Amino acid sequence: MDNAVEKKLALSHFWVAFGAFALAAVMGLYQVIERSGFFGFLESREVYYASVSTHGVLMGFVLTTFFIMGFGYYVATSSLKLPVWNKTFAWTGFAVALLGVVLAALPLLGGAASVLYTFYPPMQGHPLLYIGATLLVVGSWFWCVSMIVMYMQWKKANPDQPVPLAMFATTANAILWLWTSAGVAIEVLFQLIPLALGWIDTIDPGLSRTLFAWTLHPIVYFWLIPTYTAFYCLVPKQAGGFLFSDEMARAAFIILVVFSLPIGFHHLYMDPGISHGWKILHAIGTFVVTLPTFITGFTVIASLEIAGRLNGGKGLFGWIASLPWSNPMVLAIILALLMLIFGGFGGLVNASYAMNAMVHNTAWVPGHFHLIFGGTTVIMYFGIAYYFWPVLSGKPLFSNAMAIKQLWTWFIGMSIMTTPWHILGLLGQPRRIDSVNYNNNLLTLSWEPYEAVMIFGGAILTYSAGLLIYNLYKTQISNESYQGEIEYAEPIHAVNDLPNYLNSFKIWNIVIAVFMLIAFGYPILQHFLMETFGSSRWGV
Amino acid sequence: MHIDQLERKWAGISLGIAGLFVVLILISALFHGINAPSHVETIDSARLHLSEEFAEDKLGPELNPDGSLTVRVVAGRYGFYPKTMTLPAETNITFRWVSLDVLHGVHIPMTNMSTMIVPGYVAEVNTVLHHTGDYPLLCNEYCGMGHAHMWANIKVVSKDQWLEMYNKGEANHG
Ligand code: HEM
Ligand SMILES: [Cu+2]
Ligand SMILES: [Cu+2]
Repeated sequence: MDNAVEKKLALSHFWVAFGAFALAAVMGLYQVIERSGFFGFLESREVYYASVSTHGVLMGFVLTTFFIMGFGYYVATSSLKLPVWNKTFAWTGFAVALLGVVLAALPLLGGAASVLYTFYPPMQGHPLLYIGATLLVVGSWFWCVSMIVMYMQWKKANPDQPVPLAMFATTANAILWLWTSAGVAIEVLFQLIPLALGWIDTIDPGLSRTLFAWTLHPIVYFWLIPTYTAFYCLVPKQAGGFLFSDEMARAAFIILVVFSLPIGFHHLYMDPGISHGWKILHAIGTFVVTLPTFITGFTVIASLEIAGRLNGGKGLFGWIASLPWSNPMVLAIILALLMLIFGGFGGLVNASYAMNAMVHNTAWVPGHFHLIFGGTTVIMYFGIAYYFWPVLSGKPLFSNAMAIKQLWTWFIGMSIMTTPWHILGLLGQPRRIDSVNYNNNLLTLSWEPYEAVMIFGGAILTYSAGLLIYNLYKTQISNESYQGEIEYAEPIHAVNDLPNYLNSFKIWNIVIAVFMLIAFGYPILQHFLMETFGSSRWGV
Repeated sequence: MHIDQLERKWAGISLGIAGLFVVLILISALFHGINAPSHVETIDSARLHLSEEFAEDKLGPELNPDGSLTVRVVAGRYGFYPKTMTLPAETNITFRWVSLDVLHGVHIPMTNMSTMIVPGYVAEVNTVLHHTGDYPLLCNEYCGMGHAHMWANIKVVSKDQWLEMYNKGEANHG
């Protein structure tokens, strides 16, 4: 199959993603340095908050969304062996999303939208921020439609056959994202844009928080699913083995999608507008959604063990040494799993209804999500990039050794940066401060050494980001040529008579609708039943 | 469909672990008096100065007949009012926080006093401060350019000492 257009489509998305990443990484380094207060001449809260707002949007929304779209298009075409459906439609989605990014970037970089990537009302940024963000989401909906249509095309042509796992996961993610983005879309369309343009004068910030929480949890699974897809479908093959269980993988993806949606109130444990009962309900759901991660850990490590033993590894742990550590995808997963162990532990603390009070909104929180998101999730994006770039560009990877070095430095830098960040949180440092101004002497003095270590970690990370971009760029401009396709891992047991509920999303959509109604129905409705008082807009 | 025996076992173990956490959470939430603010009480943030409860002279600690305390604090860019307070240790305290303007958050390091302060809502937190000493009270949600400057001080003293001060009218240095 000639899929030159698909390659270009995927590569274009990837370049936007990693371009945004490169810019944001440099800003990240500036931020760790500025916030430490060690360099007086750098101090500027205006620049700091413009930078953090932009860094958050670029890392959280642009890197992820574009990476996921590019990955999805190429997974669809290569796993289903179908051309991407309606390419004009796909390019339109790309253009709309890119336009959104450009529109949002203008006020962000100009300091007119320093409301951070969570844009909590009633603080208001420039209207272009909200319009741009909306376009980015709308562009991503084009992608969702493409994925669902291709999935259906394939099912129609192959009735009763199991949909290839990679595509099953990608379709699950498209469906997840449609459900996920609805919450913030309602908030932006009915509250923030009308308020920013002056069509309405006040909004209920409690309602905004409820709607935002609808999106805030499942969005992290939207980011994570490509990583898990690589865990299950790409890594075992790269490691020289097989996938331990295809069926369990499907079950894991379904539980992820279904249970990541109705649990967003764990972000609102400390909010006055939600009563205990709802918080506890969402807390319970939060622990259910740890199940697919437990299962993934097991299946993926079992798959790696199969590979290690096939490569000649012996003994209880000998297989670990026999893994191809010099394969970027394999190294990426090993490091991702290591960060997942520590990050997962932190996540359990956050998720615990009582312990959350100790860490809520402290420096612990950015420490945690840099480790699990900037670490576990994103390091796998790098692994995927190293594998996809030669296939998509038709050029061999510029340097495998540099890729390995890049992954190690990312892991080391992330460990060095996030450990003190967690400790700062336990020492009471609030998140999102540009400088330390509290005259509480001993406590704030005790923060300083940790700030210094963070800068060191941030510098290593930025160096690592540079290596990644350099390697991809050199690959792209090379004169040599490379022929190859993405290869998917085979399960050790062929998938026979798969029950329909593991091959279709129909019934799961109904389950989600019911769960969402239960989890969010009344909490949203209450804002219309009780007497609420609107807030008017406030600048930054 | 093929599910490996080991995998079945592991799924069972995972379910057990998650179940255990849920049980622990439920026990702590139901029997240990968790302090999360979940009061769902609304208030007009634009007219706080006219309200019975949060008018300027009503802010700070108030001793209730049963010996517990109600502490009312207004958060607004960029400070907490009253700016300094003295509070008793080992006493049931009900904090009531409101915002004048945007979203804020507040915590007292090394304690479990933590809450978001959402405009339009009263955030009520019940807690006991166990250790005497000086504590900062820090804004922990981005509220604008001065976010890092938004803080106040509280001093926690023994209950007897506090009562003496309170009776002299010194506990709240507004
Ligand atoms: C070069 C590596 C990086 C450095 C040095 C860095 C540093 C920082 C710093 C200092 C902040 C400000 C936090 C605060 O004010 O509390 C921040 C915010 C943020 N970072 Fe990074 N970061 C890096 C990479 C990443 C990556 C890879 C991601 C995710 C893909 C990420 C996502 C975010 C987000 C979403 C925020 C916004 C947080 C907020 O608004 O509270 N960062 N980063
Ligand atoms: Cu969450
Ligand atoms: Cu603040």
